[in-house]
Amino acid sequence: MVDFAGFRMPVQYQGIIAEHKRVRTTVGVFDVTHMGEFEIRGRDAFAFIQRMTTNDVTRLSEGKVQYSAMCYDDGGIVDDLLVYHCGDTVQLVVNASNIAKDFAWLSDHVAGDVTLVNRSDETALLAIQGPKSLETLARLTDLDLASLPYYHFLRGRIAGIDCLVSRTGYTGELGYEVYFEADIGLAKRMWDAIFEAGEEFEIAPIGLGARDTLRLEVGYCLYGNDIDRTTNPLEAGLGWITKLGKGEFVGRDALVRAKEAGLKRKLVGLLVEGRSVPRHGYEVIVNGVPAGVVTSGTMSPMLERCIAMAYVPVAVSEPGASMHVRIRGQDVPARVVKVPFIEKHA
Amino acid sequence: MDFPKELKYTETHEWVRIDGDTVTVGITAYAAGELGDVVYIDIPELKHVDKGEPFGSIEAVKTVSDLYAPLTGTITEINPAIGDKPELVNSDPYGEGWMVRITIENAAELDALLDAEAYRGKVGH
Repeated sequence: MVDFAGFRMPVQYQGIIAEHKRVRTTVGVFDVTHMGEFEIRGRDAFAFIQRMTTNDVTRLSEGKVQYSAMCYDDGGIVDDLLVYHCGDTVQLVVNASNIAKDFAWLSDHVAGDVTLVNRSDETALLAIQGPKSLETLARLTDLDLASLPYYHFLRGRIAGIDCLVSRTGYTGELGYEVYFEADIGLAKRMWDAIFEAGEEFEIAPIGLGARDTLRLEVGYCLYGNDIDRTTNPLEAGLGWITKLGKGEFVGRDALVRAKEAGLKRKLVGLLVEGRSVPRHGYEVIVNGVPAGVVTSGTMSPMLERCIAMAYVPVAVSEPGASMHVRIRGQDVPARVVKVPFIEKHA
Repeated sequence: MDFPKELKYTETHEWVRIDGDTVTVGITAYAAGELGDVVYIDIPELKHVDKGEPFGSIEAVKTVSDLYAPLTGTITEINPAIGDKPELVNSDPYGEGWMVRITIENAAELDALLDAEAYRGKVGH
């Protein structure tokens, strides 16, 4: 157990590798109630989110979800987040460790008819992830989850409990995230019902350790590791959620300037030789000189190879480029590969 | 948690099985549990080690930790099985998951090792 963002969280239940493979092969459940949820109401709610986030909210319609980010004026990243279009309101889902910072940042920028409500403490969140997640949840609801496209959501009941369910997740597998009232009785009912429904798939609880290895195998960024206030979304490979042409938003001017000046570094995937694990903060050596840094690394349970994400100079950011990672004094050969490291099935 | 009575322990979570002037060394069930899934054990060479000196490292998914020589002597054997199956350290830390054999030089150092109950007291299990 570790303390994380004010919650007591399990790093693992049965073991990171077993939990990881459980999600890749059948289904696992993550209690990610620690994540933050904000509700944004008011006539100007959508215009406000359009100005505060990098993606284009006008492309959303009711029932859709969008991956996005918030930037500082200098283009550094405040947080990455999900934007839920709930008709006349917006729900944002933010990283647990950034709840207070994000809420303050948003509050400082409110203009017009906008009301922000922090619903984090009253919202429970379970992520049900893996190829058998649909079959598991379908047993507990009348909702047509089978027809729910990726990054869409529905409201209804699962196990008789009112909830919002979205086809989203942080694993690269088919999966769902279920938001409901944070009440211990309801949470226990929901948890027990899901585990009963998934019993034949050997459904298992998944800890923070496997959450990290699962997301890393598919190249998803983790705030605080791969992205933070010193990195911008363009160099982090998040250009696809950074719509510089959508009009004014916080950080846009700096990002446009950075793009025009030419990016200096890029976040890439590395396949690292040997079995010593590359980890956050280890140096990347290019032509004998420290030139980059590992932001995340692990032994991939599926590939049984060491993988990493690292910021490297643009000149050596294409797949195939070779370099070394300095792992506790030893320079270990590595090469740039495409991410995701494994095929996604989300 | 299991801390066999016939073994001795260090504060850095190694166990020691004493057999004359040869000792077998591994890490405790507590250490293996704290590390989580072990994916690689790097013990570079048979060599002389001083008590407390790192003789290798153990890589788990989440973290990496040094291995410390519990006693002064010469490493004479490295468990060949843990090269291919590092998970033995998790599944059988006091048996198949042993790491090295050391021929010790100074039997007086044995007195400083912890017995099972003292080690249990240190780790609080």
